[in-house]
Amino acid sequence: MEPILQTHQLSHVYSQGTPFERAALLDVEFAAYPGEYLGIIGHTGSGKSTLIQHLNGLLKPTGGQVLFEGKDIWETKERTRQTRFQVGLVFQYPEYQLFEETIYKDISFGPRNMGLPEEEIDRRVREAAHFVGLRDELLERSPFELSGGQKRRVAIAGVIAMEPKVLILDEPTAGLDPVGVEQILQNIRDYHEANNATIILVSHSMEEVARTVDRLVVVNDGTIPFEGPPREVFRHGEELEAMGLGVPQMTRVFHRLRSMGVDIDPSVYTIAQARQVLLDALKRKGAV
Amino acid sequence: MALKDITLGQYFPGHTILHRMDPRTKILLTTLYIVALFLCKQVVSYALVIAVLAGAVAISHVGLKSIVRGMRPVLIIVILTAVLNLFYTPGQELWRWGFLRITVEGIWAAVFMVLRITLLITCTFLLTYTTSPILLTDGLEKLLSPLKHLRFPVHELAMMMSIALRFIPTLIEETDKIMSAQRARGADFDSGNLIQKAQALVPLLVPLFISAFRRADELAVAMECRCYHGGEGRTRMRQLHFQRADCAALVLGVALVAAVSVLRHFGL
Repeated sequence: MEPILQTHQLSHVYSQGTPFERAALLDVEFAAYPGEYLGIIGHTGSGKSTLIQHLNGLLKPTGGQVLFEGKDIWETKERTRQTRFQVGLVFQYPEYQLFEETIYKDISFGPRNMGLPEEEIDRRVREAAHFVGLRDELLERSPFELSGGQKRRVAIAGVIAMEPKVLILDEPTAGLDPVGVEQILQNIRDYHEANNATIILVSHSMEEVARTVDRLVVVNDGTIPFEGPPREVFRHGEELEAMGLGVPQMTRVFHRLRSMGVDIDPSVYTIAQARQVLLDALKRKGAV
Repeated sequence: MALKDITLGQYFPGHTILHRMDPRTKILLTTLYIVALFLCKQVVSYALVIAVLAGAVAISHVGLKSIVRGMRPVLIIVILTAVLNLFYTPGQELWRWGFLRITVEGIWAAVFMVLRITLLITCTFLLTYTTSPILLTDGLEKLLSPLKHLRFPVHELAMMMSIALRFIPTLIEETDKIMSAQRARGADFDSGNLIQKAQALVPLLVPLFISAFRRADELAVAMECRCYHGGEGRTRMRQLHFQRADCAALVLGVALVAAVSVLRHFGL
């Protein structure tokens, strides 16, 4: 399958030519495919935020290319702008970017910038609000009256209303309570299923991404050391720990079992997988 | 250009003698240098002040590139002054076209004016490039402390300055972030006429103000939690001490002013 979004030898150097010069990305080869749910994981300062800001043309590469549907997004000014509508990016703590008098107006900011007709804007605002579970009567209220979790959902709706083919979310659950986290993740899954959109979820929590994504990309020191389905990535438990990225607790238990001499596959991360692996191991021993 | 690239008055960490010097010395030296600069009349004295500053820049290890980059925002003022001096100084006429005329005196005045502004800015840049903002305000507070006897709120002023300086990078970063977030929703800050550009700033300024107020609130609470109540009886973590190098530098500074005054007396 052709990737929908791809980088080719992407490099980015901050403050080039000053004493503060710092390479944030080095020859990164990244690809996202249509309809997949992708996780990007890396600790603070690994370059993951820099990477995603290249994917919708907010940062210009200092080396290499970013391709959307096979074409360079920096080809023309118009193409860069269009890419920003097609590749929606929800920043960390997006509730701090709300500015309008009413929730309705704030969500409609993106679609209005796209130059859509009024009925289309109205449809999209209501649909986006519905996705994130905001009731219609809330739409005329001021966004500043809402709770933190609700504000965040308004901000996410503001990006969803552009109906992007790729939706990137940078730590969308940071600082929320467990119920809030679950709601947001469910909202994202709903959007993924309803629009067959590509979702890129950025996080530093292995537990969170392991449960949701199909494929995982690990970013460390501006490069991508591992990628693949979560199970494959978790085989590199020790390397991941060395990068300051804990593997899920379940995986850690099985890594320990293995290092204690138990012949067992250590890459599990859900209870169902763990059960299967344990049963297999016991069967081999003839205990069951 | 990202907002982060603005270097106006930014601190460049280093370990040169200029970095290690007492901030009070550096503030006094800058003042002395500016006095000397404004006493300069003719070529010889300008050559002297240029040589002194060039030496200081060389010692500081601040690259020439950074200084030139820092000059960029004031370039228009420099050019404007040069042009005004060039055309509006009376004297021996060299060239004339309509109401525009260039005189020998005008050329000299323009050259000296440009030199004066450039040197003035470079020397103050050197101060902020080699002194961290905290040390700078500490030094100012100490230097101004005699004014306390006149009931001038020196400590409060210094505290306000350090807080303001401390939050400039934070606010710049915040602006950058909000701009990116709104750009991701298709906001366009660069094109359109003046009114459209002003309107485009609303999605930036509203969140920025809200977050600035929130930060101010949080800071006030944090300061009160640590029992901050003004400058009375407050001790410092970093004590300022004059070293031998500071005295030597101050002597040199005074010598520079004296030398320029003598040169001025002889019309050089």
